[in-house]
Amino acid sequence: MLTVAVTLLGLLFVTFMIGRVMPIDPVLAVIGERATQAQYDEVFLELGLDKPLITQFAIYVNDVLHGDFGTSIRTGKLVSEDIGRVFPATLELATLGTLIGVFLGVPLGVLAAVYRGRWIDQVARFVGLIGYSMPIFWLGLMGLLIFYGILGWVAGPGRLGVFYQGLVPERSGLLLLDSLLAGDWTVFKDAFSHIILPASLLGYYSLAYISRMTRSFMLEQLNSEYITTARVKGLSEWTVIWRHAFRNIRIQLITVIALAYANLLEGSVLTEIIFAWPGIGQYITTSLLSNDMNSVLGGTVVIGTIFVALNIFSDLLYRFFDPRAK
Amino acid sequence: MKQSRSLRTMALVAALMGSAAMPALAETPPNMLVIANRIDDIKTFDPAESFEFAGADVSRNVYEKLVNFDPLDLDAGFQPQLAESWEISEDGTEITFTIASGHVFSSGNALTAKDVEFSLRRAVILNKTPSFILTQFGFTPENVEETIVATDDTTLVIKLDQKYAVSFVLNCFAATIGGIVDMETVMANEVDGDMGSEWLRTNTAGSGPYTVVDWKPNESVLMALNPNYSGEKPAMERVIVQHIQESATQRLQLERGDIDIARNLSPEDVAAVKENPDLKVIDELKGRLMYWSANQKSEMLSDPKVVEALKWATDYAGMSGSFLNGQYTVHQAFLPLTFLGALEDKPYTFDMDKAKAALAESGFPDCGPIKLSVREAQERIDIAQSLQNTWGQLGCEAELIVGTGAQTLDRYRAREHDIYVGAWGPDYPDPNTNAGTFAFNPDNSDEAGATGLLAWRNAWGIPEMSEETLAAVVENDTEKRKAMYLAIQKEHQMVSPFGIMFQQIEQHGMRANVENFVSGGATTAATYWVVTK
Repeated sequence: MLTVAVTLLGLLFVTFMIGRVMPIDPVLAVIGERATQAQYDEVFLELGLDKPLITQFAIYVNDVLHGDFGTSIRTGKLVSEDIGRVFPATLELATLGTLIGVFLGVPLGVLAAVYRGRWIDQVARFVGLIGYSMPIFWLGLMGLLIFYGILGWVAGPGRLGVFYQGLVPERSGLLLLDSLLAGDWTVFKDAFSHIILPASLLGYYSLAYISRMTRSFMLEQLNSEYITTARVKGLSEWTVIWRHAFRNIRIQLITVIALAYANLLEGSVLTEIIFAWPGIGQYITTSLLSNDMNSVLGGTVVIGTIFVALNIFSDLLYRFFDPRAK
Repeated sequence: MKQSRSLRTMALVAALMGSAAMPALAETPPNMLVIANRIDDIKTFDPAESFEFAGADVSRNVYEKLVNFDPLDLDAGFQPQLAESWEISEDGTEITFTIASGHVFSSGNALTAKDVEFSLRRAVILNKTPSFILTQFGFTPENVEETIVATDDTTLVIKLDQKYAVSFVLNCFAATIGGIVDMETVMANEVDGDMGSEWLRTNTAGSGPYTVVDWKPNESVLMALNPNYSGEKPAMERVIVQHIQESATQRLQLERGDIDIARNLSPEDVAAVKENPDLKVIDELKGRLMYWSANQKSEMLSDPKVVEALKWATDYAGMSGSFLNGQYTVHQAFLPLTFLGALEDKPYTFDMDKAKAALAESGFPDCGPIKLSVREAQERIDIAQSLQNTWGQLGCEAELIVGTGAQTLDRYRAREHDIYVGAWGPDYPDPNTNAGTFAFNPDNSDEAGATGLLAWRNAWGIPEMSEETLAAVVENDTEKRKAMYLAIQKEHQMVSPFGIMFQQIEQHGMRANVENFVSGGATTAATYWVVTK
């Protein structure tokens, strides 16, 4: 716990200092370029910028500990309120994207390793290569053009069609879950139709990463002597692959999947922009460009905390899958 | 065998994912207007504070003003709205408005002169950024109780600190800050003496055709009819503006019929929309100007001949015909076309011979390194690169200093730039809005700190031209006033350190059945209440 606390305090310090040493004027961000000097001075004092840096940091830490990240100068709302609105959008998208990446990427990586050098391996490597090298911006636009513009299989940008907004009460902020809880299948279908394309796109990028790593881990195991021994003993290929080789890569896979998930939770800015997905990546980026440092710091702290939480969760899973880790 | 079963399972999962998707709706309902726009600049809906483009669009459709612009005849100038008539005192310092009856707020409260008094006083007292539009007439938080007075429910008396052109005063009341709020509703939501400021950031209390039902920052604004609106019932009962950043995405939505209007199409997408018989493109001149300006603290750039050489070495037609095609038109005066007194002369063309001749006559025939300060917006960088190229041909080596908007602006306000490449849009629909910043700087000292004046930011001291600008704001004869601005602009074109290059054209893509959409031209904001489909 002490490590976590120190990590979070370090995170707060770094984000705070970045916010303060950036060559931008937070006062101008609030008042705009047409304000008078008197208005400038008034806001300068309001923001507490006349106080020593260490005092400002102490105030900031105290506020954050009380859940107060300040008010966004861009939206006029509490940053915590903004994050509460945009983070579920990212969480929903990243979770579905990761699920797609895991459920397709892991079997693909295993098959590629088992059939090393055969056509399925070539396909897996090609898929991985495209996933690594194709700009997500271009792929997203192509996806929209084909599946939304031409085929009409999926809905367009945004989380929900304009006709369905406000029809189900917001409980979790996760539209798929909220519509299910409300028993409203029409809204669920529309939300699913909106999310499936960006989630598949993110899932594809996760798939590329996960399948490559899975293949690599599996190859290492399949070349081990204990696998040869298992085969000599006459165990079926299914048992050798899934019960012996795969079981031994689970720890490494957890790390890979956690990293992939964390990457998506950071918010895939370009995907969010193309699909007009109001997530945390777009929120932080737009805030940064508007010099809305309260929002940037709040968003960064939340993401940093998620990274820490995912690490802790991974550690717990290690212990579950490998008792030696205890 | 088991492995091939796994493969089949994966194929099934993929097929299920495909079949779960469904076609999108083909068109929007006939009584609903769906717009794609970049609305991430909205900070507040409070007319006393709102100073952004997307916020002004909302405000225009929610709040009524003393005078306002007819969206179908913007050239006619301001027209009576809440004020059915007005009288000017003999000395020109007092305006008495008669407030029309029958205007009702969305809350059901009747609008009276007391609401107008409250709204204007409030804007002055809160002293937010746009407050200068009102305080330039001498209103202060201390004197508003004497200078803005509702003598009864239908009469409002405004006392100015001196005589001004009536058109100047009324044009300022037609700006966003002139929006009239419902005093009773706003004060019911006051917190810690903020005059309802916090509440009005996210809520509306107007008497205009619409009221804001829902705002999700960076996502959408939903407006519905004000049931108590006194005017003709708008055909569009609901208006939703979605934040769609990408032009290509807006175009796809427009083609699919998921939106009615796309407001941020790139030239490539505009060209594609024009080819589609189900769609159309409407061009509107906006008030935004693109310019460069030379800091007169630089010895070289304060040489008029150097600045003249740079003006001749700017490829106006080349830029407007290529990467700015359809988005900007060449314009070289500080008043945008459609403003009273806008000068149409374009004396400068890309002429390297004249540029070299002017440079040779200057005290810096070898020119010298110039730092071009520009923010990271694509069109501005493209312009800066063109300037870098053509000025390089002249022998002036230009280095691009690219930064965020705030970084660049910080340098500009601190008078630390060489050349600033920027944009400027009018704050209110009167010529003084630009004359008062491009051609007004009575005190050029650092101590003056007049950071709001572009002339000051460029250290261009112009006491005489400032006098001319001041004279134009008190001239009540419109034709004379127009002539004064024309003269100031002619002189400005020749002697100023401003290289004004372009005026913005907004190209809206829309479904062919959408009629009467007006984004406000150069003088006001978008209007939804006259739109039909």
